Amino acid sequence: MTEIHMPRLSDTMEEGVISTWRKQVGDKINRGDVVADIETDKAVMEMEAYDDGVLEKILIAEGETVPIGVPIGIMGDGSGAAAAAGTSGTSGGDSDGAAGGSATTAASSESGSPETASPGTAASRPAAATDSDAVPRERPKASPLARAVAREKGVDLSTVTGTGPGGRIIRVDIEAAAEATTHTESSQQSAPEPQRTESSESRQQGQDLEEIPLSNIRKVTARRLTESKQQAPHFYLTSAVDVTDLVSFRSDLNERLQASGGPKVSVNDLVVKACATALRANPSVNVSFRDEKLFQHNRVHLGVAVALDSGLVVPVIPDADRKSVSEIAAEGKEKAERARDGKLKPDEMSGSTFSVSNLGMFGIEEFSAVINPPEAAILAVGATREEVQVHDGEFVVRKMMRMTLSADHRAVDGAVGAVFMQQLTSLLQDPIRIIA
Amino acid sequence: MAVITYRQALHDTLREEMLSDENVFLIGEEIGVFEGSYKITAGLLEEFGEKRVRDTPIAEEGFVGAAVGAAMLGLRPVVELMTINFSLLALDQIVNHAAKIYGMFGGQSNAPMVLRTPGGGGQQLGATHSQNIELYYAFVPGLKVVAPSTPADARALLKASLADNDPVLFLENLALYNTKGEVPDDMPPAEIGKAGVTRTGSDITIIGYSRMATVATQVADQLGEEGISAEVIDLRSLRPLDRETLVESVRKTGCAVIAEDDWLTYGIGAEIAASISDGAFDYLDAPVRRVAAAEVPLPYAKPLERAALPSAESLNAAVRQTLDAVGHRR
Amino acid sequence: MAETATRSKPAGSGSKGRRGGTRSGGSRGQQSQGKTAPRAESPETLRDYFRQMSLIRRFEERAAQGYTQAKVGGYCHLNLGEEATVVGLMSALRRSDYLFTNYREHGYAIAKGIEPGKVMAELYGRTTGTSKGLGGSMHMFDTEVGLLGGYGIVGGQIPLATGAALAIDYRGGDEVVMCQMGDGTTNIGAFHESMNIAALWNLPVVFVVINNYLGMGTTVEMSSAESELYKRAVAYRMHGERVDGNDVVAVQEAAGRLVEHARKTGEPAMLEAVSHRMKGHSVVDPAKYRNSEDAEAAREADPVAAFREQLISADVLDEDGAAEIERAVQADVDAAVAFADDSPHPDPATLFDYTYATPVANDSRRLPADPVF
Repeated sequence: MTEIHMPRLSDTMEEGVISTWRKQVGDKINRGDVVADIETDKAVMEMEAYDDGVLEKILIAEGETVPIGVPIGIMGDGSGAAAAAGTSGTSGGDSDGAAGGSATTAASSESGSPETASPGTAASRPAAATDSDAVPRERPKASPLARAVAREKGVDLSTVTGTGPGGRIIRVDIEAAAEATTHTESSQQSAPEPQRTESSESRQQGQDLEEIPLSNIRKVTARRLTESKQQAPHFYLTSAVDVTDLVSFRSDLNERLQASGGPKVSVNDLVVKACATALRANPSVNVSFRDEKLFQHNRVHLGVAVALDSGLVVPVIPDADRKSVSEIAAEGKEKAERARDGKLKPDEMSGSTFSVSNLGMFGIEEFSAVINPPEAAILAVGATREEVQVHDGEFVVRKMMRMTLSADHRAVDGAVGAVFMQQLTSLLQDPIRIIA
Repeated sequence: MAVITYRQALHDTLREEMLSDENVFLIGEEIGVFEGSYKITAGLLEEFGEKRVRDTPIAEEGFVGAAVGAAMLGLRPVVELMTINFSLLALDQIVNHAAKIYGMFGGQSNAPMVLRTPGGGGQQLGATHSQNIELYYAFVPGLKVVAPSTPADARALLKASLADNDPVLFLENLALYNTKGEVPDDMPPAEIGKAGVTRTGSDITIIGYSRMATVATQVADQLGEEGISAEVIDLRSLRPLDRETLVESVRKTGCAVIAEDDWLTYGIGAEIAASISDGAFDYLDAPVRRVAAAEVPLPYAKPLERAALPSAESLNAAVRQTLDAVGHRR
Repeated sequence: MAETATRSKPAGSGSKGRRGGTRSGGSRGQQSQGKTAPRAESPETLRDYFRQMSLIRRFEERAAQGYTQAKVGGYCHLNLGEEATVVGLMSALRRSDYLFTNYREHGYAIAKGIEPGKVMAELYGRTTGTSKGLGGSMHMFDTEVGLLGGYGIVGGQIPLATGAALAIDYRGGDEVVMCQMGDGTTNIGAFHESMNIAALWNLPVVFVVINNYLGMGTTVEMSSAESELYKRAVAYRMHGERVDGNDVVAVQEAAGRLVEHARKTGEPAMLEAVSHRMKGHSVVDPAKYRNSEDAEAAREADPVAAFREQLISADVLDEDGAAEIERAVQADVDAAVAFADDSPHPDPATLFDYTYATPVANDSRRLPADPVF
């Protein structure tokens, strides 16, 4: 008998969601077969089998979250003996375990039932996953105080990411979660009652308010960006860039590339390349501040933020300074697509030294981004639009784009950031230098 | 109100008690002619004479037992055991006799006596002269064990111990004898069995006794300068143990660090941690942490001795780690 | 040190010979008064000694029976064979004098003046017992008659007795402390520390060593380099002497002399009373380590039978009178057993009543299954 455990599939992963069981109970498995898709904090990963055998039992149903190392299934020789031996208190039948083969995950069906009951009874577990009801649930690691406060505030521990030692959920995590719930709620209420009590709040939750289970990506984003905004003193530098030449340059470039069968290049690809070049010239911005120490990155890896329904992911283009614009364009496109499919590997989403976030396609003129730790700076790029400018005493219409650098003042001084922005602006306004 | 040393507070209180009660007498090694190994009894032989200040042969079992027997007939002996290490030679008389007289005979007799003795390491006295074995006595029903950390507490607890009708082990500490503090002149006796909250705070509870209680207040004051609010509890009484005060504090702060000069495994801190688990389980946001002596026979060489004993630095570090664990300021 | 040696006054030259190789019964009665009436005592006193000795004999037999009936728990050490010593020693004390003993003390408790019923009730663990049922066989106590405790730890009573003498000296009282112990006890540190302190500070205490040759199963020769135990007093310049523990009158005389000397001068002394333990160390000890000759000697030396015979021979008592005394003590013991049996067991609610004389805050009153909070 072999237990299949929740695998560790990312450097920061502490728990994972069974996204899909690719094998069902009774299926024969060969070493290397994909047994299940696991959603980590960063992506959906394929879990391969290390042994030959037959999947005899599924312990954790689709949509459920368990920590690394927790048994999620049992493999045996097909006799069923392994399953019988492997689970205390349950008789492993073959009829069970085909837990929700559909795309509807437990997590998505969980909404609407805020769980204040004991953690051992997941009220929202899909009915199909009958047998997993009997399997002892892994208690979320939480301090007694956190548990007490969670009970009091009606926070479901399984929805909270622990920030204590070893991922322990501590009081501040519960309070943050409770506060987040309150904010969500008040933003959705057109006319909040002046004196809401906790009990009316929880009543409210069942009717007008439903809880959306956090995806792992959102959990991690929430934690890391909160940390960033709390710990890194942000300052902001905004430049207006005349991109008239850049736009026409891009058109020319695309015509040529199209002729040679290459991919199209976006303005953002050019911005990314320009950033990489400017970072190479200004290594003081290509740094990290961590544990009271300043680190210099000797390579330039650019993160490019991609918005997904499940949250924000930032695929990384390594050594962007050494890649051509078309290479960047191709790689960025390919990675963004895989990110949308949840197929991006963890190492393709880590290690960036600087990020670019572009909301121009939504018509946003300008905005400020939150630094993506451990980076020291991020560039927020707005939309391009025509504006009247004064040139040599004449009114002229030019294409303008605004971009804002958010920098961690612990690592980057104002003047250093300003020089970087100056060079970046200069590159974008003289685009031939970008590909030089 | 006067600022005096811990030593002076003990001396003055002993003298006062001897003046006010004929039945109080001192007994121990080198307390008369030599005026005490640590000079607590200086001048008392001259003032009160040999009957009241009785030098003994080196015979801990004999003279401690004699004090118990005298106490059974109504005298109030104050025994000085030169250091707590030597109390082991009188263990039978303290544990099997003094502690049992009242209960074993159905309350017909009792042994109202005070066993004064200093513990503590840090003076390069080596393995046999540096121990903190008050736990041995705090373990025993029938005994009371008090551990003052300041001159004022020394006075108030010594008065209380002498007024008590049970055998009280009165734990002093070599490192505290020269410490100074304010001692009010008209100080009432302390209440045996009550801990003191010596600093109030809301972020973390630090619990100590004897020397480590003073270290705990130092650390709390350091942390206070950084805006960290630490509550400090000085146990004062090891038996009975004031669990209520401990638990009340931890229920407020959600985390605790225990500072003890004794060894960790089975030490005083183990009982405190268990009590916190009993009374404040649902309030704990991090495991209870203990800062205790390294588990070795204490070496002579200074760097080794220093490494083995708890200090303000080690307590400070443990407190910070615990604060990190509860996400303090995050 | 010649002076010290002269201060040691063995009770009789004959007693020394007792340590010799032969233990045949015939050579035992060195201090025996033969067919003549005991000296100096009135017939009433002698008859009362016999009554007390018989009472202790019957009492201990019933204690053993109570033990086998599981009415008596724990350990149960008996004074069988030591009745003459016990009665002789106690007759030398005033009621106001203090007695500290070891754990073989039922007879002492009775002879010091405690009602046999209270002693039996203590064995039965009842509230009417000498220690309210909290002490048991080894821990009898009665302030009224001056029994300041039987003590279960070998030698534990010696420093305490010395301290009681210190308190008497401190206050200038005229009481004397007697501290009883067994032969094996003279090897522990507390014995030597206390003998030294008592001599050094001139405290009115008489240390009495009951030498029945056996410390549990270990003989005196096996355990003591100086097997004539009274000589150990010499090291502390203390008077020491030996007496035949089977001779109640001799014991009373020697003990009385030392007690009165201590009362007058404050000087401590040591008395060694040699007798036999008729049975095992405790009720449950079959004493297989004793050879039949030795056991026979112990039976032959039975001090109660010998004293009865002696009193009848001397016309202090006739057969009817002896039988009447025996019937009376039998009735006393029956009454003691009935009293004990009828007495209430302690209420568990009183468990914490006697842990501390001064109640203080936070004193634990938790039962095993109670939560701390």
